[in-house]
Amino acid sequence: MAVLVVAEHDNASVKDATNKTVTAALALSSDVDVLVAGLGAGAAAAAAAGIAGVRKVLHAEGAAFDQGVAEAVEGLIVPLMANYDAVLFAATATGKNAAPRVAAALDVSPISEIQEVVNASTFVRPIYAGNALETIETSDAKKVITVRTTAFAAAGTGGSASVEAVTAGAPSAAVTFKGAEIVKSDRPELAGAKRVVSGGRAMGSADEFHNVIEPLADKLGAAVGASRAAVDAGYAPNDYQVGQTGKVVAPELYVAVGISGAIQHLAGMKDSKVIVAINKDADAPIFAIADFGLVADYKSAVPELMGELAKAGL
Amino acid sequence: MKVLVPVKRVIDYNVKVRVKPDQTGVDLANVKMSMNPFCEIAVEEAVRLKEKGVVSEIVAVSIGPQQAQETIRTALAMGADRGILIQTDDDLEPLAVAKLLKAVVAEEAPELVLMGKQAIDGDNNATGQMMAALLGWPQATFASKVEIADGKATVTREIDGGLQTLEVALPAIVTADLRLNEPRYASLPNIMKAKKKPIDVKSTGDYGVDVSPRLKVLKVTEPPKRAGGIKVESAEQLVGKLKEAGVL
Repeated sequence: MAVLVVAEHDNASVKDATNKTVTAALALSSDVDVLVAGLGAGAAAAAAAGIAGVRKVLHAEGAAFDQGVAEAVEGLIVPLMANYDAVLFAATATGKNAAPRVAAALDVSPISEIQEVVNASTFVRPIYAGNALETIETSDAKKVITVRTTAFAAAGTGGSASVEAVTAGAPSAAVTFKGAEIVKSDRPELAGAKRVVSGGRAMGSADEFHNVIEPLADKLGAAVGASRAAVDAGYAPNDYQVGQTGKVVAPELYVAVGISGAIQHLAGMKDSKVIVAINKDADAPIFAIADFGLVADYKSAVPELMGELAKAGL
Repeated sequence: MKVLVPVKRVIDYNVKVRVKPDQTGVDLANVKMSMNPFCEIAVEEAVRLKEKGVVSEIVAVSIGPQQAQETIRTALAMGADRGILIQTDDDLEPLAVAKLLKAVVAEEAPELVLMGKQAIDGDNNATGQMMAALLGWPQATFASKVEIADGKATVTREIDGGLQTLEVALPAIVTADLRLNEPRYASLPNIMKAKKKPIDVKSTGDYGVDVSPRLKVLKVTEPPKRAGGIKVESAEQLVGKLKEAGVL
């Protein structure tokens, strides 16, 4: 069988999510092609050709692809699927936006956020915010899948696939891109960060969140996250939200400060390698899943931790 | 203009989910059920658009068991005008739901479908996008702001790393993200009024749509449990442990 992976990229390079999706695709078949659809995306296509295990790269150009417009992605991929048995997207905002559209156009049931490939038609995926895992088998001839990238290792480099241009149809007139506000930050992106520091409702204000969580994150070179309670209270923006209704992360180190550990938050971070919890309530549910718990008021504990990290050379 | 708001009855989001010992699914017996939180946000947005005079009628539609009438009543109490229940005891896949909703759209001819971005049971995040594709309509998913004017919806969307604004020509599908609004609690007088609002009860067979499953659930299991860790006494000890664990 032949599998198509839809690349996540910024035109200049491919994102780590692409390499991880390639790993998932290689578990289905050894015939894996990557589609790079963008604007001036030649460099990204060349980078995709270097991913180990990739057979061929398809490169499509169009402004609508640059903005991830789902209608354009559907129009591009559906005809290509004549040559493929499965298409895999990373389960990012862009992938989740487009994949079901492609599935409906092909009359197949999409399979969302797989975290394991059992065989080419059987997959494991989280339901109920990761509180249960379902193993499902599809009877559809063609498969449309999104991949929870935190569950797969990134495919390496060293490949030398060929790059082939594919032509895209006219973009949909019903959708017009008006603009984007991408938060510029020197911190790593939350979804793929190796370290994450998150703050909860205990912060009490946006200023406190800014003054306590962000310096600790910067000390650790970490991304900043927040609980839904902190987002709801207006202490942190929504795109910081870790949890069932926000981002799912699995960094090497997750530091939860003043977060009690509601089910919905745990669902978004419980697959982290090492979890640290700092909370003054010794009975907070977060301690039940933390590798290292420090029962202390964050107001004294975070400055102390900053001091100890500085001593350790950070 | 008319708005269609699909709503789903799901396990209440505060309930701890338990997997059945025979691995056939999760235990829904005697568990509190509520409207899916994202559907609630969609209903709220429709009601606000009606209060602004942009929308003239809100139709809430649910696909589910007889008890899904309660979910529709919740939408009616929040401000929807009437309901449609497509009654079924089967757990339909997003593809089947999208096909049924497409058939409802054909009958009702709404100019806008406002719905939640995902249901918190199956976590598929698919039905809105699939409906849009089946109808050949534009979509604006994960909305955090919606403005309607001149036959167009201008929608601010939550994307990775920030926000994106799209303008979509109506009719269109908009799916709601968490920040779109904070849903109201229905007042007692409105709950009483909702009891008198009409709900049409239909069956899946009424729409002549193929709803047969494509996916077979082989088993449902509990995720691996995280072993509990240790308590440290100080920041100094914490840094020591993190070094030992190799994450610093």
